Amino acid sequence: MSAPLLQVRALSVAFAGLEVVHSIDFELAAGERLALVGESGSGKTVSALSLLRLLPEAEVGGSALLQGRDLLRLSERELRGVRGDEVACIFQEPMTALNPLYTVGNQIGEILTLKKGLSARQAEARIVELLAATGMPEPERRARAYPHQLSGGQRQRAMIAMALASEPRLLIADEPTTALDASLRTQMLELLGTLQQRLGMALLLITHDLHLVRQFADRVLVLERGHLVEQGPVAQVFEQAQHPYTRKLLGSRPKREFGPQPLPAAPPVLRARQLAVAYEVPRPGLAGWFKRGRFEAVRGVEFELPPGRTLGVVGESGSGKSTLALAALGLLRHQGELQIMGEAWGESGMGPARANTPRLRRLRRQVQVVFQDPFSSLSPRMNIEQIVGEGLLVHEPHLSVPQRRERVLQALREVGLLPEAGPQAELLRWLQRYPHEFSGGQRQRIAIARALIVQPRLLVLDEPTSALDVTVQQQVLELLLRLQREHHLSYLLITHDLDVIWALAHQVLVLQSGAVVEQGSAEQVLQLPQHPYTQSLVQACAPLCPRTGP
Amino acid sequence: MSVLTEAPAAATPLPPALSPGRLAWRRFRRHRLGFYSLILFGLLFVLSLGAELIANDRPLLARYGGQLHVPLLHNPPETAFGGDFETPTDFHDPFIQRQFEQPGNWALFPPIRFHHSSINYFAPEPHPSGPSASNWLGTDDRGRDVAARLLYGFRLSVLFALALTAVGVLLGVLAGAIQGYYGGRVDLVGQRFIEVWGSMPELYLLIIFSALFEPGLLLLLVLLSLFGWMGLSDYVRAEFLRNRQLDYVRAARAMGLSNWQIMRRHILPNSLTPVVTFLPFRMSAAILALTALDFLGLGVPPGTPSLGELLAQGKNNLDAWWISLSTFAVLVLTLLLLTFMGDALRDALDPRKAQR
Repeated sequence: MSAPLLQVRALSVAFAGLEVVHSIDFELAAGERLALVGESGSGKTVSALSLLRLLPEAEVGGSALLQGRDLLRLSERELRGVRGDEVACIFQEPMTALNPLYTVGNQIGEILTLKKGLSARQAEARIVELLAATGMPEPERRARAYPHQLSGGQRQRAMIAMALASEPRLLIADEPTTALDASLRTQMLELLGTLQQRLGMALLLITHDLHLVRQFADRVLVLERGHLVEQGPVAQVFEQAQHPYTRKLLGSRPKREFGPQPLPAAPPVLRARQLAVAYEVPRPGLAGWFKRGRFEAVRGVEFELPPGRTLGVVGESGSGKSTLALAALGLLRHQGELQIMGEAWGESGMGPARANTPRLRRLRRQVQVVFQDPFSSLSPRMNIEQIVGEGLLVHEPHLSVPQRRERVLQALREVGLLPEAGPQAELLRWLQRYPHEFSGGQRQRIAIARALIVQPRLLVLDEPTSALDVTVQQQVLELLLRLQREHHLSYLLITHDLDVIWALAHQVLVLQSGAVVEQGSAEQVLQLPQHPYTQSLVQACAPLCPRTGP
Repeated sequence: MSVLTEAPAAATPLPPALSPGRLAWRRFRRHRLGFYSLILFGLLFVLSLGAELIANDRPLLARYGGQLHVPLLHNPPETAFGGDFETPTDFHDPFIQRQFEQPGNWALFPPIRFHHSSINYFAPEPHPSGPSASNWLGTDDRGRDVAARLLYGFRLSVLFALALTAVGVLLGVLAGAIQGYYGGRVDLVGQRFIEVWGSMPELYLLIIFSALFEPGLLLLLVLLSLFGWMGLSDYVRAEFLRNRQLDYVRAARAMGLSNWQIMRRHILPNSLTPVVTFLPFRMSAAILALTALDFLGLGVPPGTPSLGELLAQGKNNLDAWWISLSTFAVLVLTLLLLTFMGDALRDALDPRKAQR
């Protein structure tokens, strides 16, 4: 076997004296696809970026030999030659990784003229060539486009073209597909794969998504809290995981724990007839001064959600599924009919300047919400007692302070955030904590407790688990299932993740650019998709989702 | 089914809960220069609040003929101390001073024996006279003690700045909050109004109004407040625009909270960072504004102790270095302390440093 391209020995990374990556060793052969897997906080990104010393505050120890040269000992000047030349990076969020003030072509050209010494004219031709190689449609025109004029997938292609411009020997891809929709995700991976083979470069893929790894990588490294717990060929690790942490990661796929269930005869909790939501958007050019255009985010949606059941709404970003959630919450003006327990939201209730009538307050109590991002969904300046207890202030103002506190504790116990019993003083101290002291999964439990405390009938779940790590995701899904059984709750589940739909939903509704393209029971839609769009969605994660019901 | 695997670890003892405010205070305290500036400034301000006890031409306590007087609160006529007239006692009068030198009689004077308005008729030199044992920092061109005037002037400046800042913050937060929260047409109208209002020539208005009305602190406060709220309202508006579409605000709306409750309980506490950060800088700007107006003679009525008026006197009496130099020192010290505090506050509230 020839000498490896990259040889990392005893790499450790510390921030302000606190070691976060503990002495990891690995090798990367030329032309190999190596995946670095772990949950958030496991140190996967930190260890990859510290190879190029891209983290100015990190104290890096050990050695990293790239073709015999130790990257960690190079001078800053020599390192600049390596960065972008021999080693290139692709980051997770293409919008923030591209400079918004320069055109895409400009940014790629900069590398070509700086690193490759091409003239401006030569660079121009090469830019178009590179963009074309990444499958960018109309590469000549796109080269003159600014990042905000491109779609998410096109931006990611531009990023890849930029990384490839210098023909690196090693490409570090940090969660390259996390910000993309499911169908784009496969396209991007295929693109990376073909380019990698054609150029013969090595690829270091950083991801939390094990299924991506199975599809894509040759070898895999599993990191747990900065320790390298397992490494080996993908097939071997996936078939016979040695370390319990790897097994836990592999076993954390959401599972469906119920079979097909007949629809109950009870009247629906949520009912939509010919529901449409339109936004006013400014028109381009001078016309925008006088007239405003309309953008129909959702149209012609019809469904009924019976008590104790879950309706999953699937669609890619921009398909109008979050608009549907906000409409169900009564936070958006809509046309058509939308009834909660037989009562319509009506026109008066919308917009920030709405009237807060007793009728609307009663209605609001029936519908509560859990959002995607557990960091922005809790006010950072309120403690847990204030956050969870706020609903009671509005809907049950007659409660005394100790009564309210008791209800808050009860709600927190219900979501598994507090132990059943404990010394009273200890519990009270829990209530005084602020959101920043909790982990993502704990915050999501707090958000669920806040919604449950007013005893709603319908919970709108807007991507409830997509910001969480896989193991935590599974726990939150189990919690949601238990709460549904115990309280006979209805869920309106908004997600792009078919795994989550499979784990929770009884019925599914597929949205594409604002219109329903397919709807039916979860088994029917996911196992025998009829519409080509649904088929492509299911296809995109088909190797990942063995849809075998119990 | 184990729901509790990422256990809330209630078994481990909890450190006391730390609110974001407390964390910011901790970071502020770690900023040495800013923290000591705050202490020193607070000390100076508290001392100046008791200026009557420090610089006064009347004694705090006096005993005459077996009787105890508190001239600080109620000045008895000269007859009470063996004088001939029914007029209020002048304790600088050599006759009165001799009366107190008699056995059994005594008077407890404050460290500076001049009020800001009292004139030293018994100075050995013509006014303005240089520093001496009786006038530590000399006198101004009317024979008033500079140290006493600086003390009272400092108090007035800081009190005025506090009031101006308070009114400006109140108006600015209110205007910014309403524009930012409601957005749309309200925001549009508000922004255009601010643009028009902000382009009014402030100084000319001050000159015109000081000609129309009796000049006074209240008039100044009202006029400066009318224009002082705009800079802040822009920041608050931006914060409200950002925060109102965050998920916790949406969740609060879904909960059925009223607009007022959402603004006060959810958005406002999360929008105060620019307000708090700017407080010291607004204070120093207010002090400077008052000083500048007084220097130009557009500010407080004549006779009021003010730093600006002292500066003007220093300019008119260049050879009386003790006036300009001491006033300058007081101004520089005040503004420096405020700037240091502002720097520390800005660091303490910096969201990028707020993680730990």
